[in-house]
Amino acid sequence: MNILLITEQREGKWNKTSLEALAAAQQIAAEAKGHLSGLVIGKGVATLADELAASKLEEVLLVEHDLLGAYTPDGFTLALAQAIAQVKPDLVLLPHTYQVRDFAPKLAAALGKGMIGDCVGYRYENGKLVFVRQMFQGKTAADVVFEGAPPWFATFQAGAFRGDLVARGASKAPVKSLAVELKPEQIRTKPLELFREAKLAVDLTQAPILVAIGRGIKAPENIPIAEKLAQAIGGELAASRPICDEGWLPMDRQIGSSGQTVAPKLYLALGISGAIQHVVGMKGSRTIVAINKDQNAPIFEVADYGIVGDLFEIVPALTEELEKTKSA
Amino acid sequence: MKIVVCIKQVPAKDAPLVIVEGGWIRESDIGFEMNEPDSFALEEALRLKEKHTGEVIAVSMGPERVKQTVKEALAKGADRGIHVAEDKAHGLDPLGVAKSLAAAIEREEPDLILTGLQSDDHGFGQTGVLLAELLGLPHATLIMQIEVQGQGLRVKRELEAGWFQWVELPLPAVLTIQSGINKVRYATLKGIMAAKKKEITAIPRESLGVTHEPTQRIERIYVPAKTKKTEFLDGTPKEAAAKLVEKLKHEARVL
Repeated sequence: MNILLITEQREGKWNKTSLEALAAAQQIAAEAKGHLSGLVIGKGVATLADELAASKLEEVLLVEHDLLGAYTPDGFTLALAQAIAQVKPDLVLLPHTYQVRDFAPKLAAALGKGMIGDCVGYRYENGKLVFVRQMFQGKTAADVVFEGAPPWFATFQAGAFRGDLVARGASKAPVKSLAVELKPEQIRTKPLELFREAKLAVDLTQAPILVAIGRGIKAPENIPIAEKLAQAIGGELAASRPICDEGWLPMDRQIGSSGQTVAPKLYLALGISGAIQHVVGMKGSRTIVAINKDQNAPIFEVADYGIVGDLFEIVPALTEELEKTKSA
Repeated sequence: MKIVVCIKQVPAKDAPLVIVEGGWIRESDIGFEMNEPDSFALEEALRLKEKHTGEVIAVSMGPERVKQTVKEALAKGADRGIHVAEDKAHGLDPLGVAKSLAAAIEREEPDLILTGLQSDDHGFGQTGVLLAELLGLPHATLIMQIEVQGQGLRVKRELEAGWFQWVELPLPAVLTIQSGINKVRYATLKGIMAAKKKEITAIPRESLGVTHEPTQRIERIYVPAKTKKTEFLDGTPKEAAAKLVEKLKHEARVL
């Protein structure tokens, strides 16, 4: 099986999900006795290709063009379709980043193929690959298989594999440049500068304890209940995306794929169901406590301690208990 | 501006899910609602129409029940609806879904197509991008702001970790809308009354002439195995709280 891993970089730095996808690709290649190629795409990215060549793979492919300096879905799709025509992989793997979500389905469809996106794992059974992804906001998992002729496309969710488990090669893999043709008029979107909104007022990544609220808090008038707990336990207040979308807490309090990724020693999730987009931002926490009325909420999949019940009763009781032990 | 907005109907957020054969859930006894990410796309379409005039067409695929969600879109202000009738829509792969929707949308020749970023049931997150490829249109995803600029658009894309980017693109185009871009409106009584006179065109999916070989198949769905063993603390709120503090202090040692 020929496996092609397409990595992602921005301004000469790896997106760390690339390394996680590389670890996954190496494992699949080992199990399926496959031939693994890693691809670096951009402009002036030869140094990264050289760096990638130190890891355990058969070859590194370098796709460079003046029109690939800034990411565009048209430019990347056209260039990668040409690279795939030259390399003829059976399986194309990518990290499930925002950028990949923007072009990978288009790339697969341009070749008349399908993509299994946002996979959290895989199994290699009887010579066949089965991909595991989540459905219903993480409430169920699904085993998905490819149908029809290769190439097949799959992407791996951030955090699904460990980037620090990337194997180094015994010797350096060869780096091969692939020529691609692109014309400016083929690129229909014009990307402008990247920017950040207002500077982050709080850096939640540095907080040892976080008290995070979700939809279960129901109304902004109820937020003081969580604030009191945060105060009693010495933590910062955080939230899942819907709370920040509603404007109940500022965006810089948001944990998850579109917010901050945190790993405090203690994370309390109050009324958070545990949608994938939230969990990827906090599952590295040392100890996770979930309080939720629904005992089947996916947040309990990652929780060390759980209380099933009404947060409006449990949280004040917890605050009181903490204050009592503090003063004792 | 003629805007098509794609809306999916999904199981209600708190619906108890019972897994059945064929990679799906039991549909009897549960409620359905408009996929929340799509409701942001609908709202954005309505706002664009109010600012720049035009027409909003709500498109949904699925069994008879999805008409209710199209009606909801009409009550909120969409001008008309298209129901791509397909009882087994949940069994289609992302490319099959997109090919069907593309065939239904193409004949409308819209200036702009909007979708939510993903669905709360399958969560493929591919429909908008696939529509762009199939219809030969430029696209941008995870949009947080839309400005009409001359003959085209200037849109704000959300990237990871708090980064954003403005992108310019010509019309016609496809945009997938990020959740939270706007505050979604409720249907008014007047809107609900007006919706009764609005048209929903039913198009059986098989009449669209779409040929498609599935590219992937869901073998089964199941409740995921736990990665961590959760210790559940019970009792009254007061008892559970006391147990938790005890555990955090002496077992996890994080307090």
